[in-house]
Amino acid sequence: MKRKLSDAQFAWLIIAPSVVIVFGIVLYPLFETFLYSLKDLDLSAGSLGDYVWLHNYLEILSDGDFWASAGRTAYFAAVSISLELILGTLIALLLNEEIKGKTFLRSIIIIPWAVPTIVNGAMWKWIYHSEYGALNALLTQLHLIDHYHSWLNSPWMAMNMVIIADVWKMTPLVTIFLLASLQLVNKSVYEAAMVDGAGMIRRFFTLTLPYLKPTLLVIIVMRTMETFKVFDIIYAITQGGPANGTMVLTYQAYLKAFSNLQYSQGATISYLIGMMIALLTYGYVKMLKRGEAA
Amino acid sequence: MKKFWSMALSSILVAASLAGCGAGKENAGSSADSGPVTLNAIFMKQAGYSEDDITAITKEFMSKNPNIKVNTTFVPYEALEQKILTGAPNGGYDVVLIDAPWTAKFAKAGIVQEVTDKLPEADRQDIFAGALDAVSYEGKLYGLPWLNDTKFLFYNKEMLKKAGFSNPPKTWDELMAQAKVIKEKGIVEYPIVWSWKQAEALSCDFTTLSETFGGKLVRDGKPTLTDEGNQKALDFMVQSLKDGISNPKSTEFLEEDVRGVFSSGKAAFALNWTYMYNLANDKTQSQVAGQVGIAPSPGQGSVVSASVNGGMGVALAKGSKHPEEAWKYMEYLSSKEVQKKYAKNALPIWKSLYDDKDVIATNPEVVAASKVQYNYLANRPQVPWYGSLSTELQVSIQQALLGQKSTKDALAELQQKAEELANK
Amino acid sequence: MRSKPFRLLQYAFALCVAVFTLAPFAWLVISSVSYQKDLTTTPLKWIPDNLTFERYRDIFTNPDNEMAYAFKMAMINSFTVASTVTVIALIVGGLAAYAISRYRFRFREKLVYLFLFTYMIPSVVIVIPLYLLFSEMQMLDSKMTLVLLDLTFVIPFVIWVMQSYFDSISKEFDEAAAVDGCSRLQTLWYVVFPIVRPGIIATGILAFLLAWDEFFFSLLFTSSLEAKTISVAIAEFSGKNAVDYGMIATGGVLASIPPLLIAIVFQRYLVRGMVAGGIKE
Repeated sequence: MKRKLSDAQFAWLIIAPSVVIVFGIVLYPLFETFLYSLKDLDLSAGSLGDYVWLHNYLEILSDGDFWASAGRTAYFAAVSISLELILGTLIALLLNEEIKGKTFLRSIIIIPWAVPTIVNGAMWKWIYHSEYGALNALLTQLHLIDHYHSWLNSPWMAMNMVIIADVWKMTPLVTIFLLASLQLVNKSVYEAAMVDGAGMIRRFFTLTLPYLKPTLLVIIVMRTMETFKVFDIIYAITQGGPANGTMVLTYQAYLKAFSNLQYSQGATISYLIGMMIALLTYGYVKMLKRGEAA
Repeated sequence: MKKFWSMALSSILVAASLAGCGAGKENAGSSADSGPVTLNAIFMKQAGYSEDDITAITKEFMSKNPNIKVNTTFVPYEALEQKILTGAPNGGYDVVLIDAPWTAKFAKAGIVQEVTDKLPEADRQDIFAGALDAVSYEGKLYGLPWLNDTKFLFYNKEMLKKAGFSNPPKTWDELMAQAKVIKEKGIVEYPIVWSWKQAEALSCDFTTLSETFGGKLVRDGKPTLTDEGNQKALDFMVQSLKDGISNPKSTEFLEEDVRGVFSSGKAAFALNWTYMYNLANDKTQSQVAGQVGIAPSPGQGSVVSASVNGGMGVALAKGSKHPEEAWKYMEYLSSKEVQKKYAKNALPIWKSLYDDKDVIATNPEVVAASKVQYNYLANRPQVPWYGSLSTELQVSIQQALLGQKSTKDALAELQQKAEELANK
Repeated sequence: MRSKPFRLLQYAFALCVAVFTLAPFAWLVISSVSYQKDLTTTPLKWIPDNLTFERYRDIFTNPDNEMAYAFKMAMINSFTVASTVTVIALIVGGLAAYAISRYRFRFREKLVYLFLFTYMIPSVVIVIPLYLLFSEMQMLDSKMTLVLLDLTFVIPFVIWVMQSYFDSISKEFDEAAAVDGCSRLQTLWYVVFPIVRPGIIATGILAFLLAWDEFFFSLLFTSSLEAKTISVAIAEFSGKNAVDYGMIATGGVLASIPPLLIAIVFQRYLVRGMVAGGIKE
């Protein structure tokens, strides 16, 4: 009498609210977006949605602008993830050493990560300001440049400046993850290696790096997913300009859908972004699995 | 006691999962009032009439028409277009504020109603042609003109005097000549500043220049971007950057940056909307207060002057259930009486009011410049695909300005993209 | 032991890290208390002669300064939305995580993957129909809508992290409680809940930060001070390139204070929570 419900029934009962809220709000639009991508819903042209099947996909996949955006997104992802991994690893190794001020460093390292993305963007935009920016002031006062530069006024430079802002915010996350795994390292292996006379660099590549590999891969997967849908920081700093220099995929989808009101085109690009992320994740997971088997 | 806790927990759960649905229904119910007719109108927050002005005008209207109730919504300009597109077709709004470049698209998408027959011929004669253009598509009227705006040439009187000029330039050639002297004399490093960021502001300036140099972006619904006039306009822009006449940072500036540079005395000339006049003359915000001059945008050759049409109008939404009452409200908003009374924040659309003492007194210099400029307005292409065209235009023009492509190539590529858009 | 030059290198690097970490945000703080004219002089003075706290005072007390008032209302909105999301997500998601961790039932594995999948979907993929749907239901520009939208990714996140906490507790506790005659919910409340409290705090903090940082939905679904969040307010003023840089800095500092405080005070919890969420298979 005490237990009217079976375990499974009880489980479903307490899972139900999550299922209702999450899938109730996500699955319908997920499906609907797919339908949009097969139609020609374009308020700016006054067309309200006849099926055109794969036409949108073919059109976008043969559009140079789309591939240019994809290329920029990949550049953003590759450069910022590489920098974050390198810096993150170095800082984590540093914080894992016995140095003075370690506790202080450890507690400030989290600050950039806690700053909201939009604030981060607005902050760097202010630092890069071409008339009054702190970067110009600093470099001029150090006599590294002789007049104020426009850091966001050339397409390639602007993209790199956005990357710096992203690296500043996200490196701490990488550091924290790596530090957590470093602290689980078995010290005796290192001591043995030291006795063997292995140099520091060799120890890093033969012991530390293989040990960190799974964590690094997890970070790469997470950051790839995030960087491929990067939007906030672009919105805050450059809004896709100049001359489309920072036009990434998500921003392009956003513009198509919400500025030009070409819902179908926006939906198609969104789905293509989703597919790219899925493909990349699949690739990484395979790599992870292979790494584990070896 | 234990039972109490489990009850409490599960009721919180139920409440939490239901909370979302309840709120929506409440909101939806409130728009269907009975009794007197209720109208919903949507406006923007910035520029032109202030929120307080519009609220006051609406109150006056309601006291004169006790059977009509008007609910007003104010959103930022950036959100206005989306709000209208998603709200108006299902009867969410009766009266909507529309910007000139949207008229064609809204008309074609059937979001606003044609009102050509509702505006008497006599009234039409007294309204500036540009103001009517802002709400017209293919010769038909899709709204009532309401707000006038355009970009003027702002100049720093002191700087011009120092350089030995007593009058603002009337043509772009003259402006360049004056600017060269100003630069050579070291009065400012970059005499003119523009809003050429990858944004609508750039499309506005390009429209202005193109028209001044005798070009057209679109003729008879077909893109003509490789026109000689457009080529000249773009060459002019690129050359002015090369010569150091235009501020090189213009390509990252919006209107507010232009105001900042001009107000801090770092430019002798600037092209900007009417609003800058009062702010650049405001001592608390500007270091050049009192030195600011305003003149019609320069002409070139046979073109006396041309400047982008930034007019806005009020339109009747297709989904409106009370078109008669809505029209009455629209008429009241743009009536001479109201526009005269509130001329301080927005100049009237009526030609005859520009000779009115009270209107002139609000801002003599601006009224004088406006009286001329409103006869020389350049419309952004009145085609439904203007939004996409503008996006592409901003990129191509910037590529030329930043030296990534020659002006010729940039325009040729833009023409190709525009043709694709036009043929969709 | 390490050689001396290496030591030096280490400290030099540590110094660089400290400077690069702190300097940008420090500049934001300084900008927020500097007079506009000090910020716009060249050469720039790094430490202003006079400080002003007027902007902060304006935000808290002056309803006539448009920007300050917008920041204040937006902060309140952000607080309301983020805390509501956190509470609901913890309860709803926590229960689901508990069920997934404790019970074996059909589709359990599939369900876990499905939740993980929704967490990974880029928002841009679902946003267009949602926008049209909510606009039809007249639910745009409402805090409730934002809460619902945020829940779509915060709940899966909570489930993901909490599940690992529940997994880490031995099932014996539950069984012992059941023998004592506790119902399932009683077991959860009296036995399991106290044990995983640190996990709940960590997850709650991360959920709050996720909701606080959310921008894309807020940007599209809100338009007035009725529901606009602080991120959107800052982006709006900074995007228009308003000339009042100090005010944007002030808004930025205020928007960073809640997450910063949380991050510093609860650092230990936070790191554990992040690692629990990230290093899981």
